Amino acid sequence: MAEITLQDIIQPENLVYEKSKLLTEKPFHYCPGCGHGTVHRIIAEVLEELGVDDRTIGVSPVGCAVMAYDYFDVDFVEAAHGRAPACATGIKRVWPDKVVFSYQGDGDLAAIGTCETIHTCNRGENITMIFVNNGIYGMTGGQMAPTTLVGMKTATTPYGRMPQWPDGTPNNGFPLQITQLLAQLPGTRYVTRQAVFSAAAVRNCKKAIKKAFQNQIENKNGVNFVEIVSNCNSNWKMSAVDANKWLQDNMLPVYPLGDLKDNFELIKK
Amino acid sequence: MAKFRGAIVVDIERCKGCGVCITACPCKVIELAKEVNGKGYNYAFMANPEACIGCASCGITCPDGVIKVYKKAL
Repeated sequence: MAEITLQDIIQPENLVYEKSKLLTEKPFHYCPGCGHGTVHRIIAEVLEELGVDDRTIGVSPVGCAVMAYDYFDVDFVEAAHGRAPACATGIKRVWPDKVVFSYQGDGDLAAIGTCETIHTCNRGENITMIFVNNGIYGMTGGQMAPTTLVGMKTATTPYGRMPQWPDGTPNNGFPLQITQLLAQLPGTRYVTRQAVFSAAAVRNCKKAIKKAFQNQIENKNGVNFVEIVSNCNSNWKMSAVDANKWLQDNMLPVYPLGDLKDNFELIKK
Repeated sequence: MAKFRGAIVVDIERCKGCGVCITACPCKVIELAKEVNGKGYNYAFMANPEACIGCASCGITCPDGVIKVYKKAL
């Protein structure tokens, strides 16, 4: 058999994977190994596959993903801190034929924007919400977020998050299960939790995000909410590979993956 | 004998050397180079090109989308 050289394989007709054309040429400013880049890529691939890039409007948060508008070749609005769902509500009501999605981190969606998040989900706006949960405030330097795990060391909890003092008086509180909370609301149609630490997880995550956008495009009422458990290796003070391992060992028991609600019906485990 | 041969092309200047593709690769094809790119990162490269099957696991896990994957049936 004739020997195949790399030049024979690297031909345009053999291409099986490349970055979506919906992402601009600008390199991501995210830290090496950050899950945000993977989530950006998945969203761009889904929008390209669904062919709705010319009528999509994204709403970027305040946080690490504040510059998301630089990376997507779709229309974007930058909302005030935590107000992305409120902003997306306005856009969707003015242009019901547009595909509107909000992209937020845990400090934005679960801390300062809890009010907007809960009421948008309660009203059942026909939008897609992407929530990247890494359990820490990334951009501001690793402070405790509502989703920080018990015992996790952050800049503001240097001895680990302690929900209560030993005598039972309240201290830092417990990790906020915002996705379970939103699944209880009658306005959410599809609520799921995914991750991006491995190839299999990325494939599942892409399916979930695609479903969340398809529901919106088919004009089915209700919020489509996708939580993505992600890493923050810089503020967890680990390498990217170690952070993905730590995520599987520590984050996933608290934030188990899978669909929580589909077609307005809670999925019982 | 593998039925497919694959190859990857890494955009060296955009690679941040996080190493996520190395753990994602089922065939242990990728390693980080000793040399660095313009930003000082040890970029990923194909250290073991014969083993690549073109599964694209590296491409879909790369946070920066710097990997192009090619696959050819033998």
